[in-house]
Amino acid sequence: MSGTHEHSVAFVRTTEIPQQPAPSNAAGPIKWMRDNLFATWPNALLTVASIYVIFLVLSSTMPWILGGIWDAPSLTACREILQGESAACFAVLSDRWHQLLFGFKYPSEYYWRPTLALFLMFFALAPVLFFDLPRKLLIFTALFPFIAYWLIWGGTIWIPIFAMVGFIAGYFVYARFVAQNFALGFFGGVAGAAIVWYISSFVVAAIAPETPLLGAVPSRDLGGFMLNLMLGLTCVSLSIPLGIALALGRQSSMPLIKWICVIFIEFIRGVPLITLLFVASVMLAYFFPPDATVDLFLRVVIMITIFSAAYIAEVIRGGLAALPKGQYEAANSLGLDYAQAMRLIILPQALKISIPGIVNIAVGLFKDTTLVSVISMFDMVGMIRGPILASTDWNGVYWELFGFAALLFFVVCYGISQYSQWLERRLATDHR
Amino acid sequence: MSTLSDPPKGSFRLSMLLNDTRYRSMTLQVIAAIALALALAYLYSNLAANLRAFGLNISFAFLGNAAGYDINQTLIDYTSQSTNLRAAFVGIINTLLVAFLACVTATVLGVIAGVLRLSNNWLVRKLMSFYVEIFRNIPVLIWIIIIFTIMTVTLPGPNEFRGDNATSSMLFDLFAFTNRGVYIPGPYFTRGFGGGEGSALNWLMVLALLAGSFFGARFVTARASRIQEATGVRPGTLLPNLAIWFLPLIAFALVFGLHWDIPELKGFNFSGGIKIGAPLIALWLALSVYTGAFIAENVRAGIQAVSKGQTEAAAALGIRQGRIMSLVILPQALRVIIPPLISQYLNITKNSSLAILVGYADITATLGGITLNQTGRAIECVLLLMAFYLIISLTISAVMNVYNKSTKLKER
Repeated sequence: MSGTHEHSVAFVRTTEIPQQPAPSNAAGPIKWMRDNLFATWPNALLTVASIYVIFLVLSSTMPWILGGIWDAPSLTACREILQGESAACFAVLSDRWHQLLFGFKYPSEYYWRPTLALFLMFFALAPVLFFDLPRKLLIFTALFPFIAYWLIWGGTIWIPIFAMVGFIAGYFVYARFVAQNFALGFFGGVAGAAIVWYISSFVVAAIAPETPLLGAVPSRDLGGFMLNLMLGLTCVSLSIPLGIALALGRQSSMPLIKWICVIFIEFIRGVPLITLLFVASVMLAYFFPPDATVDLFLRVVIMITIFSAAYIAEVIRGGLAALPKGQYEAANSLGLDYAQAMRLIILPQALKISIPGIVNIAVGLFKDTTLVSVISMFDMVGMIRGPILASTDWNGVYWELFGFAALLFFVVCYGISQYSQWLERRLATDHR
Repeated sequence: MSTLSDPPKGSFRLSMLLNDTRYRSMTLQVIAAIALALALAYLYSNLAANLRAFGLNISFAFLGNAAGYDINQTLIDYTSQSTNLRAAFVGIINTLLVAFLACVTATVLGVIAGVLRLSNNWLVRKLMSFYVEIFRNIPVLIWIIIIFTIMTVTLPGPNEFRGDNATSSMLFDLFAFTNRGVYIPGPYFTRGFGGGEGSALNWLMVLALLAGSFFGARFVTARASRIQEATGVRPGTLLPNLAIWFLPLIAFALVFGLHWDIPELKGFNFSGGIKIGAPLIALWLALSVYTGAFIAENVRAGIQAVSKGQTEAAAALGIRQGRIMSLVILPQALRVIIPPLISQYLNITKNSSLAILVGYADITATLGGITLNQTGRAIECVLLLMAFYLIISLTISAVMNVYNKSTKLKER
């Protein structure tokens, strides 16, 4: 080939040029910045504006945070240490740490009990959240509510033990009859548990020791972030079964049951949680028997549970509606009855679809537990607005306290939503 | 000839009520009805017994009594001698006011943040997702308190505007930002409609004019589209639209003598102009930024739900970049965005009940707060409160159902 051009062109390269690295502006960080930060003029302006905003925020908050005082008995002492400089008084957090976490009335010698319950909670939740863990761990999860109740409220150990015995008795009755008929097994189980509880209420009264192993703490003494966590966890776990029942009821072909569920769900979803909390604090007592005293914690748990159950019911209804009709028909053609079809075919798939929605509701609910401060329960926000900011020592320390509360909620809620995204990827069995 | 599957006729047994699918659902419903009736009767008997024990009765007569408390932010006339019912109305109007304001600003914020989350700019994208995550994951109650604290602690008091060496000054001599609220110039008419001082009638006229302008502008747009269909050339609509929106208003303002009432420092406080109280601003801003984060996610999801082929097809037809967004992407994205958007509006309305925390007199704070505490009529007040929110929610969801029906994809 080279011979043909010998006279017409001055120079012909006969060897290959070694490969060169790309020009510096077409690769590496410079290219990345040109593409992502300064692609066009408006884009570059936006970038500069964003950097300026970030600089403003950081330059005003970072010295304030980094220069913070962590050790001082009161705001005046803290200001003396700072000598006019503007910096945070995080000392309020270390000074009132226990109040923020446990409330101001929980006996300080018992602080280890809720702390232990918190650690046990992680062990109990682990097998529920991560399916790869051995299923045997679920036994501990089943035991956890009773252990946690005993640890936090204290009192005689026989109450949680007999409560558990009731559940076990109910389960045995259920297991005995469920093969025959689900409804028979279910209601039989409920009746069995109720009978055990009724009898045990007399037994406990008889055998309860004068001075229990763990001192009793009345529920009005609970407070702080512990109260938020307890309300959130209890109400979410109670509202999932209730929500499933409501969603199935709303899909029912029986008009009466359907309309009861529709009215219930729409009513609860139509009113703000705060009015339901008003119901709990001022109205619900009228609907209990005159001699019964149901404490505020339980009343609030009831109202928040039915509140979130209505929302979860709607999420699950969406999951049920998203299932192809063929699944229902296949279950019917296999000769499964309603309970079997739901338990074995429909609900496992519908719940899987609903998981992101349920987690959203759970996050929202956890945030909404701060509303109990409005009906004068001393949860974390209630503690800050009430006893801590009203005290002479720390009157005026707003940013540190609310910043800390915001940070705690952010960590928990962001963590849950990240878990939900992980779970969604994990459960994605369709081939996309 | 009867087939085997036909049930034997005329041999009804009691067990068929449970075992025969023809009767079973009826049996179950009768059982459910009886259980429901029993439960309600039980609750009612408890209620009656409790009320007897406390010597109470259910009566709404307290609504006609004088409320006896003051409300600092009202849009309608109210004194402490007004009735509880009027206090409740003040509350309703205040709830609707803050809900409306927050809906508007939350939508604006949410749309901007949602679109910017899809920006090509890495930094802006990250900033926006930071905004969304921060505001979504911290309770709105904490946001309300934080913003209220910012308002009341960091803004100067009215006395700092006073004297020759005042430490604070008004913005453009028109706006005053104080820890009691923001004072802005208020418009008023010197001549009323039909003579006399300016009054509510003038403002109704302004509303009527705006409504007229709205339909006028729609007519202009429709006419332009018609001409474009017929001739292929679209006549300019900007100037006629501007004229339709502004000329009537300007004429009205001139005829009836529109003046601005500028806030002035008198004594210990500002007077004149319109005062927007610190509680209202805190609630408004907090609800806006909190819900804006949720709306941003809805907007982003809606835009991403429009398949990429739509953009490419539009580009292949030769449509310009900006018009692809407004003619192809947005109309399809809106169908996905609007339903969750409406439910965010509902959430704003419901979350506005947190006003009670910062002392903004919404319906929860007046009827469910002070009136309840003063009269002790817990059941009546809470029932009325729930009824109000229920009506709002059901109305909005009814509207939403109509909208959903009208925008549903019409398939075969």
